[in-house]
Amino acid sequence: MQSVIELHGVVALLGRFPALAGVDLTVNRGEIVLLQGPNGAGKTSVLRVCAGLLPIERGTGHVLGIDLSTQREAIRSRVGLLGHTNGLYLDLTVSQNISFWASTVGANQAEVEAAMSLMRVDGRLATVKASQLSAGQRRRTALASLIVRRAEVWLLDEPHAGLDSAGRDELDSLLRTAVASGATVVLSSHESERASALASRSVVIDGGRAQ
Amino acid sequence: MSTHSVSRITVSLAVARKDLAIEWNSKILVNQVAPFSAIVMVLFAFALDNEGILQRVAPGLVWLATLFSMLVVIQRTFAVESADGALDALRVAGIDPSAIFFGKAIALMVQLFALELLLVATAVVLYGVEMSALGFLEVLVTLATATIGLGFVGTIYGGLASAVRGRETLLPLLLLPVVAPVLIGATRATEAAFESGGAKVSEGWPWISLLLMFAVIFGVVGSVAFGPLIDE
Repeated sequence: MQSVIELHGVVALLGRFPALAGVDLTVNRGEIVLLQGPNGAGKTSVLRVCAGLLPIERGTGHVLGIDLSTQREAIRSRVGLLGHTNGLYLDLTVSQNISFWASTVGANQAEVEAAMSLMRVDGRLATVKASQLSAGQRRRTALASLIVRRAEVWLLDEPHAGLDSAGRDELDSLLRTAVASGATVVLSSHESERASALASRSVVIDGGRAQ
Repeated sequence: MSTHSVSRITVSLAVARKDLAIEWNSKILVNQVAPFSAIVMVLFAFALDNEGILQRVAPGLVWLATLFSMLVVIQRTFAVESADGALDALRVAGIDPSAIFFGKAIALMVQLFALELLLVATAVVLYGVEMSALGFLEVLVTLATATIGLGFVGTIYGGLASAVRGRETLLPLLLLPVVAPVLIGATRATEAAFESGGAKVSEGWPWISLLLMFAVIFGVVGSVAFGPLIDE
């Protein structure tokens, strides 16, 4: 299997605090990998390193063959990170938000509408400002934005947070569909039962290391 | 899965359209900033309370009010980026930082230009300023060149201050000294256009050249420096 993410002894700092203290992680193409661990263990930092947002201080890291030590900006257009925030513009409508992200990658209106339909933010919701959405609706809008960006690696930090039961089922179904069409998913979730059922395998992160 | 290659200009225009759509939806410029600018001009009139003096100092008052209003607009344009982590999302999306820079600068320029037109109109009505046709043309060119410079430098310092605690107070402290050349150049050029204090219209063009130089310098600096400024 072709590896998409390879981290070897990765150390990353948040300020002067070591967020990762030597993480080893390999993720193959088409996998859904669940990062588990207590709060502050380093799950979010692993995702941010893979997204090229957090620099590597020591060790080596490659995502899609791109060296995270020397070319971390180059990886960003090929991965999609959904963190604790949704990355939405609260004064724009759902449709305007997704269309904006689509325009940054050259996606067309049909792709925008397909993503909105898939995440159930079409119809009346499309014209509602993001500031007026519920937490779950914002999450679904953010996921729709991720879909139109056509990311090859999806890095999802607590993607189930704020979604109702139906939304969680749809998200799981969406992730399986994305993987079937060639994407790779790394997610962290406190919904361990649901996420474990979804994931190909789990990796426990604790104290800034993969166990 | 594939990603299409999108030109920097396309992304810049998308960012500019997005910022202007945010303004169109929220009406902050129309409902809050523009009235604030007009109130500043009215207060200047109350404070000086002499038509002769007001006509003489009108160019400086227009540009001071522009700078004060600009601070509010810049704070706003970066507040929308940080409210739900959108700037982080832009960085993760791998969007060329220079495209973000030019896009945000264009949107800022459009908003500033509209404000400046309002302020000049207010000066004409409240302060009794008069202009020849050539003077009016010079005012428009002054507004355009000064706005480009202010848009670039405002975006640089807005981006710089956006990640810092206490950005509301830090931004004026950082920005106002840097835009002093624009204040001086634009005021002198506008004085010439208004023919304030016996100035001639032809005396304004060298100052406009200074404004143009300022705009070019900060356009180049911003396109290079904006990425590291907004990065971790």
